[in-house]
Amino acid sequence: MTTPIETDVVIIGAGPVGLFAVFELGLWDLKCHVIDILDKVGGQCAELYPEKPIYDIPGFATVTGQGLVENLMEQIAPFGAQFHLNQMVSKLEKKSDERFLIETDAGSRFLCHTVFIAAGGGSFQPKRPPIPGIETFENKSVFYSVRRMEDFRDHDIVIVGGGDSALDWTLSLQPIAKSLTLIHRRDAFRGAQDSVNKMRALVDAGHMNLKIGQVTELIGSDGHLDMATVKTAEGNEDVTCTRLLPFFGLTMKLGPVADWGLNLNENLIPVDTEKFQTSQPGVYAIGDINTYPGKLKLILSGFHEAALAAHAAKKAANPDERVVFQYTTSSSSLQKKLGII
Amino acid sequence: MAKITFTTHDNQTFDVEGEDGATVMETAIKNAVPGIEAECGGACACATCHVYVADAWMEKVGNPEPMEEDMLDFAYDVRPTSRLSCQIRISAELDGLAVTVPERQG
Repeated sequence: MTTPIETDVVIIGAGPVGLFAVFELGLWDLKCHVIDILDKVGGQCAELYPEKPIYDIPGFATVTGQGLVENLMEQIAPFGAQFHLNQMVSKLEKKSDERFLIETDAGSRFLCHTVFIAAGGGSFQPKRPPIPGIETFENKSVFYSVRRMEDFRDHDIVIVGGGDSALDWTLSLQPIAKSLTLIHRRDAFRGAQDSVNKMRALVDAGHMNLKIGQVTELIGSDGHLDMATVKTAEGNEDVTCTRLLPFFGLTMKLGPVADWGLNLNENLIPVDTEKFQTSQPGVYAIGDINTYPGKLKLILSGFHEAALAAHAAKKAANPDERVVFQYTTSSSSLQKKLGII
Repeated sequence: MAKITFTTHDNQTFDVEGEDGATVMETAIKNAVPGIEAECGGACACATCHVYVADAWMEKVGNPEPMEEDMLDFAYDVRPTSRLSCQIRISAELDGLAVTVPERQG
């Protein structure tokens, strides 16, 4: 097992609120590591609405989701937070020395004094297509991502979807597949035109199949898939299939947060409004994931919560120190931390 | 203002008033119509406000833009009358609009 990274704070979630928490904690000299399940920072802003304008960020008449994320990254740059992307926190446990051990599904481990949960609507996870019984085949014949291409060699592969993931994996896996069938609801693809052209050329050359329709049934036993039934305009058709890769986008699920022993209320984490602390001292929850009387799911509310939780975390980490509140406009010590002077 | 009727998959009906310029999704959320989730809040970035437009209204409501068509790929049980309700803007022309909410969103 890897040696855990020791740090002051681990922030779970790299959305706008998690990012701003780096800033507020940084002003108090608390070093952060940030973990996110997506392959990029920004959370919903970057994943759901990068191009959409947001009109209620104080001081910005309008800013896009991606623009806000970029500005936040610039703002927190002086604090040198380290990012651990593409991984999901699978375990959060309090150790006997009062620190928390955090583990991710990618094998990263952290020991920290304070945890900030800024997980928004939960973790983005692949959407499970509405095919009866699909869960019984998952991780044996049905996969939502390709970790090792070799696991797909010499298989009858069926890929479902019309975006870049579906097209890219079609092109990558076709050379090693026994057979490959791409299934999409309509004969138009969201993916890059170049990939679409390459895919159509493979179909024309007889190296793969393209079917326009929806998978309605999976046939097999003990998790091992034999056939997929496809409903097309012409009727139902059975396609030989030992590996199914559905690419139906991402959805937000609470995920492992539910297993960390924190009190929950309808999939949200109740906190107090002084410290935004959870039922576990040292674990704070900020942004859309928390709830308290009067809660509004606004980015600006999350920023406020980050500031107060950071202050509380500083006081908890240094109980004997006098914590002096300062302004960035006038404090030379804060300005040094920001790299201005 | 336009009257909009939502029918759920188990045949409950909700007759609600929608303001001009608002979307059908917003009107559903405001009136607590069950089955419309609107996870992304109306950015045409998910497919959880999916509805079926009544045949008689298809022509007036019109067809989805390409971006909406792309998002519909992620919806459950997509049919020729499928639309994302966040992309249908209400006007007096749509007074009396009838839509059905699918059994589930995604």
